[in-house]
Amino acid sequence: MGEKKKKIVKSIKIDLDKCTGCRACEVICSAFHATPRYSSNNPARSRIRVIRDPMRDVYVPVHAGEYTAAECMGRDKYVIDGKEYDECGFCRASCPSRDAFKEPDSGLPLKCDMCEDDPPQEKPLCVQWCLNDALIYEEREEEVEEEVKPEDIETGLESLANKYGLRKIMETLARMSQKG
Amino acid sequence: MRYSEIGFNLEIDLSRGNIERVETDPRLTELHLGGLGTNAKLLWDRVSPETDPFSPDIPLMFSSGLLGGTPAPGANRTIITAYSPQTLLMGYSMMGGFWAPELKYAGYDKVILKGKSPNLVYIWINNDKVEIRHAGHLHGKGALETQEIIRKELNQPNAQVAAIGLAGENRVYTASIEQGRSSASRLGLGAVMGDKGIKAIAVRGTKDINIARPAEFMELCNEVLKYIKFRNENPVPNVMTILQGLGSPQEMLHVDEKWHTENFVWGNARVRRRDFWNKEIEARWKDVQESVRTRLISCYNCPMKCSAIISIPGLSTYMMKCFSKLTYTMAAFVDDLNFGFKIAQRATEYGVDGFSTPQIMAFAFELKEAGILTDADFEGCPSDNEGRFYWLLDRIVRREGIGDILADGTYWAAQKIGKGAEEYAHNNIKKHEQLPLKLGMLNPVYFLMYATGEKINITQIEGQFPQEPFATMEEREEFVKDWIQVPDEKFKQMVLDWEPRGERSNPYHPTVDMSVDIVDWQEKMHYIDDALGVCTGLSSFPLKPPYHIHNYPKFISAAAGIHMDEAGLTQVYNRNRNLIRAINVRRGLRRADEKPPQDHWKKRFPELEEKLLDAYYKFKGWNMDGIPTKKTLQELDLAYISEDLIKRGILTEDQDAPSKKTSVETDKK
Repeated sequence: MGEKKKKIVKSIKIDLDKCTGCRACEVICSAFHATPRYSSNNPARSRIRVIRDPMRDVYVPVHAGEYTAAECMGRDKYVIDGKEYDECGFCRASCPSRDAFKEPDSGLPLKCDMCEDDPPQEKPLCVQWCLNDALIYEEREEEVEEEVKPEDIETGLESLANKYGLRKIMETLARMSQKG
Repeated sequence: MRYSEIGFNLEIDLSRGNIERVETDPRLTELHLGGLGTNAKLLWDRVSPETDPFSPDIPLMFSSGLLGGTPAPGANRTIITAYSPQTLLMGYSMMGGFWAPELKYAGYDKVILKGKSPNLVYIWINNDKVEIRHAGHLHGKGALETQEIIRKELNQPNAQVAAIGLAGENRVYTASIEQGRSSASRLGLGAVMGDKGIKAIAVRGTKDINIARPAEFMELCNEVLKYIKFRNENPVPNVMTILQGLGSPQEMLHVDEKWHTENFVWGNARVRRRDFWNKEIEARWKDVQESVRTRLISCYNCPMKCSAIISIPGLSTYMMKCFSKLTYTMAAFVDDLNFGFKIAQRATEYGVDGFSTPQIMAFAFELKEAGILTDADFEGCPSDNEGRFYWLLDRIVRREGIGDILADGTYWAAQKIGKGAEEYAHNNIKKHEQLPLKLGMLNPVYFLMYATGEKINITQIEGQFPQEPFATMEEREEFVKDWIQVPDEKFKQMVLDWEPRGERSNPYHPTVDMSVDIVDWQEKMHYIDDALGVCTGLSSFPLKPPYHIHNYPKFISAAAGIHMDEAGLTQVYNRNRNLIRAINVRRGLRRADEKPPQDHWKKRFPELEEKLLDAYYKFKGWNMDGIPTKKTLQELDLAYISEDLIKRGILTEDQDAPSKKTSVETDKK
């Protein structure tokens, strides 16, 4: 058992009913993350996107999550209160199946960082600019057990060992080190 | 690098199929800012005044404003210009929504369309890649339907599409250009778009808009947001509900329509129903509105919710804003709001202006009652109030039978019909249908705005000076105490002194000079908004708005890096105001045209009205025929305009009076 440690969990509560589709969140997100800060804006670079289809009353603000190299084998389609949402409509991944959450020039993935800043922002900028309260920032403290985390290299070697056997790995390492 | 603007226009010649990306002159931005200002400059430079609104030489321009697409809240307007087929003057119409910002992200400030395409086409702008695509399959499709089809066939859910419906294709003079929740609907620019053979313009952009002084600019944006929040929490007291808040009147939110139904007039802008509103109607209308209204929605980067998604069982979804739920209802004498929402759905897909079109129909039925139009003109028309409006809307948009004549609007239709029909086209200024509002006592400020406004539509001229005096001194003091928007303290005194009755009341108070001052301020803010692409709903239209003459210069300086102060911005406003006036003067506009409908007020004061016009022209530096003088034009760096006007004999070298009397009223097509 590890030691107990306090951790701040930051979350943004998204109220789809309150979203008016103005995309101010996209404007301010892309401006905040511009270099130098606020020197430009471009919703295509935003780490929040409003998945928006007025004719079907679909308004879903989504924050960029993890990058994933491959698309899902199957896709989810949600139906809530009789209203069908887009495939991947709630998914936060930067993924090959769509153009959201990628830098338009380089294609590099974007990820929401909750507007990490020095000095820290009171709330992420998208929340600050959402005057209709569709985005509400919440912070809570959680006690988590401190795990002794293995180093990355150890995780990698372990998976190689699982696949090829430890003996093979050691032989390969020995051969590689002889070559210099 | 260019800041706030892109510095490139997209020029498309539809006759030749030529597409060019053209760098613009930064000096023009300093002189005119952008949007309406630079559109007017290009219109002056490129088209001779004799050109017909349907000539291939007419450039139809879709423009963003200087601040459009930047983080400045509400900077999302698309400004569309050409000559109006209805008024024959410069036609400018604007819409909110999402189109202009997307155009800037694609790398252009304006799209300029000239020539005519032999076949129906649509334009697809995807950053640097621009295509003219066949639109044969979109013939007759609805304006919203077209937007959906195009987004699907391009597989571009994030593309913004501005489209016309059947009305634009058929060159109906009240045809609009529709885009999502927004429409540029006044003055018939949808007809010009249809005449050029353009069904739609789709745009998608993924480039940056740059800001000259980012930290300073963001501070200004945050102040505006803070003030919007303050205003949303603190509605202006002692004025009617729809005037208390920011944005366009919140007609989609509020259901209480006592004021509109009892003060605006029904039918062909004639009948006032003073006891219409009652508990039963209120309950029924509330029910209807809440059952069809799915969600309140916004334009790009604006926290206001001026429009709504409207879903009626059995009809395709559309979006509505402002007063259009009532325009058809009241023109048709229908007491069921459901009709208003239903017919507006069809009208939006057809792409017609929700102000003029219902009036044209009410005008036609009045002519029928008067025996000027006959049963033969209405063969097959149902007899009930709802049915006959649907029937006539279809005929107008298709230009079938009597609909073909009515499709040109009440002024031109009356000319063609003759037999005294002109008397029934009674609610026009400069040939354009006005709000159906008929009042008692002349309001001198409104007289001037109606008479002289180049937009020819009061909602785009009027503004933040109260429409009526406050009843008590306490209310007046309450109103002026935090009135930071005034350009000068004297405006506070005008409100304090303005009484509902007695010596200091309409029409003699505000006095002539005060009225001119007030109008100049209202106009100034509209001209600045329209050049910057900021919605009037956060600036010139509502009481106590977040944008005003004191913070706008800072916005312009920080965003575009142009040195600007209040005096400089006033100079730009005067330049744009005079430029547009000169365009219209060159088209024949004169003092004789500057007339509100005779029946707009019951009590008229011909002598006072002449004095008001005299004083307004003098203040503007115009001669007594409403033409800017050589001196005025020269002081505004518009000497090339005075030279042109002198060459044409419209102005003379050294005198104030024009040497030639004309009027667009007397010009026949």
